[in-house]
Amino acid sequence: MFKEMHDLFQWAGLIPALPFLSFLLIAFVTKRSKGLSSTVSILAILTALGLAIAIAIGVIQSGAEIVEHPVIVNMNWLNIEGLKINFGTMVDPLNAMMLFVVTLVASMVQIYSLGYMKGDKGWSRYYTYQSLFAFSMLGMVLATNLLQLFIFWELVGLCSYLLIGFWYFKVSAREAAKKAFMTTRVGDFGLLLAILFLYTKFGTLDFVALSAILNTNMQNVALIGTASYVTVMAFLLFMGPVGKSGQFPLHVWLPDAMEGPTPVSALIHAATMVVAGVYLVARMYFLFDHADPSALQFIADIGAFTAIFAASIAIAQDDIKRILAYSTLSQLGYMMFGLGVGAYSGSMFHLMTHAFFKALMFLGAGSVIYAMHHKQDIWEMGGLWKTMPITGTTFFVGILAISGVPPFAGFFSKDEILANALHNGHPIIYGVGLFTAFLTAFYMSRLFFVTFCGPAKPENHTKESPWSMTIPLMILAFFSVVGGWVALPEHNFAFYVHYLPLGHEFEREAIDWGMAGISVLAGLLGIGLAYIIYIKKAIAAESIVARFPTAYKVLQNKYYVDELYLWIIKHVMGGLANVLYWFDIYVVDGIINGIAFITRGSANGLRRTSTGQLQTYAMVFFFAVVIIFMVFAFGEGQLTSLNPLAMLGGVK
Amino acid sequence: MNLSNLSVGLSTYLLVGAMLFCLGLYGVFAKRNIIAILMSIELMLNAVNINFVAFNRFIWNQKIDVHYILTGHVAALFVIVVAAAEVAVGLALVITIYRNRQSTNVDEFNWLKW
Amino acid sequence: MGTVVFFIFAIMAIAAAWGVVTSKNIVHSALFLVLSFSGVAVLYVLMNADFLAAVQILIYTGAVAIMIIFAVMLTLRGEISESNPENHHWGWGALVAVLVFIMMALVILANPDWRILATPWTSGGSAEDLSLLLLTKFMIPFEVAAVLLTIALAGAVVLAKGVKESK
Repeated sequence: MFKEMHDLFQWAGLIPALPFLSFLLIAFVTKRSKGLSSTVSILAILTALGLAIAIAIGVIQSGAEIVEHPVIVNMNWLNIEGLKINFGTMVDPLNAMMLFVVTLVASMVQIYSLGYMKGDKGWSRYYTYQSLFAFSMLGMVLATNLLQLFIFWELVGLCSYLLIGFWYFKVSAREAAKKAFMTTRVGDFGLLLAILFLYTKFGTLDFVALSAILNTNMQNVALIGTASYVTVMAFLLFMGPVGKSGQFPLHVWLPDAMEGPTPVSALIHAATMVVAGVYLVARMYFLFDHADPSALQFIADIGAFTAIFAASIAIAQDDIKRILAYSTLSQLGYMMFGLGVGAYSGSMFHLMTHAFFKALMFLGAGSVIYAMHHKQDIWEMGGLWKTMPITGTTFFVGILAISGVPPFAGFFSKDEILANALHNGHPIIYGVGLFTAFLTAFYMSRLFFVTFCGPAKPENHTKESPWSMTIPLMILAFFSVVGGWVALPEHNFAFYVHYLPLGHEFEREAIDWGMAGISVLAGLLGIGLAYIIYIKKAIAAESIVARFPTAYKVLQNKYYVDELYLWIIKHVMGGLANVLYWFDIYVVDGIINGIAFITRGSANGLRRTSTGQLQTYAMVFFFAVVIIFMVFAFGEGQLTSLNPLAMLGGVK
Repeated sequence: MNLSNLSVGLSTYLLVGAMLFCLGLYGVFAKRNIIAILMSIELMLNAVNINFVAFNRFIWNQKIDVHYILTGHVAALFVIVVAAAEVAVGLALVITIYRNRQSTNVDEFNWLKW
Repeated sequence: MGTVVFFIFAIMAIAAAWGVVTSKNIVHSALFLVLSFSGVAVLYVLMNADFLAAVQILIYTGAVAIMIIFAVMLTLRGEISESNPENHHWGWGALVAVLVFIMMALVILANPDWRILATPWTSGGSAEDLSLLLLTKFMIPFEVAAVLLTIALAGAVVLAKGVKESK
């Protein structure tokens, strides 16, 4: 069985190739025809989805073998002295899971866009970018080495920029696109340094090869202070995910990225691109394992902090997309700290389930926005369940999933992360995670109750969205329900996707029902509190705000982080720029001008020797004679004998 | 101080020649009128002549047959001949230039720079 | 006796030369030049070069100096008393001249051995002795000098005559 599947896996490169072909076709051939563009793009991604499902089935049927030996196809791209780079595809359970998730969400989003982007002038351009993005993300997921991954990582960033700024005539969209690109760039710098460092130290960037090298006993020499160089590599490598996956302090671009169309937000900023950072850490987990434990601890701390930080901001936001954006940040924090505390399988599992229910909720929000004629403030909505039943039901499924209510998907994944946090000895992080679960349930329920329940406002004229938009909602809702059940069978998710340090054997962990119960309780408490405030109105929301006005203001203004960054850029970097400008004008230009000045000055002086007047020439002539005399006379200290001088007149 | 006890030797004559030469040199460098420059050149030639004759007087030793060797005088003579010819042609040039440019100011004759 | 005469006329020659190069009046310069030539002629006499002294007076003071004065007359413009100014870099000229003099004085005075004759000769220098040399040993230079003078004469005439205006 593995043999036949093995042949299928050789064709894994076809999966990104199809969207790439569609990108080329749309960009060069079918640009004018709207119908053709979308058809080509959707066909390509659906075919890719089919292939991904086939590969996933193949992986499951290969059983334990593929876990030990991933199937790699490599093509030599560049081979010069000292530099050898391959391009290829790798199929192992982690990749197969990502392939499935990415192609599923991308195809759902592209079908959804048929309805959402109807009438938009940039239709073909939109589908071009969507295909390009699918190609980039799939290419990154299949990468066999860090350089290939980095190339696609940057491509994904480019697509994000293009898609956030899709409605380029809006100033806010342009600014948001720039902000996204530049903030992630800051993180990418660290990533690039890590790649260079790895290459110079180990001579290879291939994942399998690096893992093998690190597993052998190698000299772990201290580099900076007490940190070995592997630890430094690990920290630098983590900078990329900090930017791309929106960890604190580089999280500022994600909420602003909501300027893009909602399907884009669903695809890129909820399910696929932002998890690229998490995927990278998981891929390079062997590096973090061999580094100092402080590296993993750092990841866990940042992740946990981001989780609670973003959740606290979300409870004070009013824009439906912003709330979902901060929720994404919070869940990304979960995935990061999951990796940090050693819950590798749990983190990847949460990645998968989060993709399903977050994409679902974003598309649902898009449906709401579409019905509300592009109004996004939740306080202007209300009672939408009556007029939009499908949207409402699917959205409710999403809420339950994210709150961790069984048997929905989020319960299994979140619980696994929290249980691992406590069992691996991080009680504080467990506490933070639990509290964040409570907050998550609270603000998501708040969103749902304010938007869908309560009295309807008749001026909104809402109606249900077309089938092109509701069918993807239903499909994603289905996965949000059943997605978590892969944790139950004998060969469960963790069996395929796990990380084993050298010398360990895999042992299946049973679900700890005690811990699970506590997490469910936290989720239900959150939902209950939101119910009391927003449905029963037993405690008025306004009175809470009135009692903590400063806290509310700080939360609503996102802890003023953006303002702080602006201040830094204006004063610190502006000041530095001024200094460098001064340096450039006076020192660098001064040198150049000085050279010119010297040339001019010396020319001015030397021109006196070429006056054209005979007297001047005669003077110089005799002056030279005197100099020659002095050289001869005093050069050898023979003033008294002056023997060379006796030759001057020819007298001997 | 008894002047007659000071012997006038070769060095003295040479020094006189040197002084005349340097005065003529100063005239060549520092005068604006071209005729003054020519006059200074004459001074320099005179100084050279003094040198020739002084060396002939104090150093030359040989005697051919019974005749004295006066090579220094011959040289000085030829210098005088050449100086005379040079003054003639030089002044003719000056007059030609004056005819063209109405000036004997050597500052204005600066075509040597091209 | 000879020493006194020498000093008088040497100083005269040098002072006259000083007058040539520092006078602002060109006619004064020319006359100072005549004086200098005369002083040099006396020095020749002191050195037993009597024929040469005569030639010096004849040609230098009698012909060259007169020619110079003629040229001065022909090219005189403006005030006579300012017709021979120094140019703007006379300071540098003075410096170079002094340096050259110092250089030559150093050579003259510091040379340990001029190989001066032990017995100075005191006769010779007359026309007879000179002419013998000129017509035997220095025959060719003599003829060449004659040619040179002829050419100089022709050249001076051509130059002074000027170029014919073309119609």
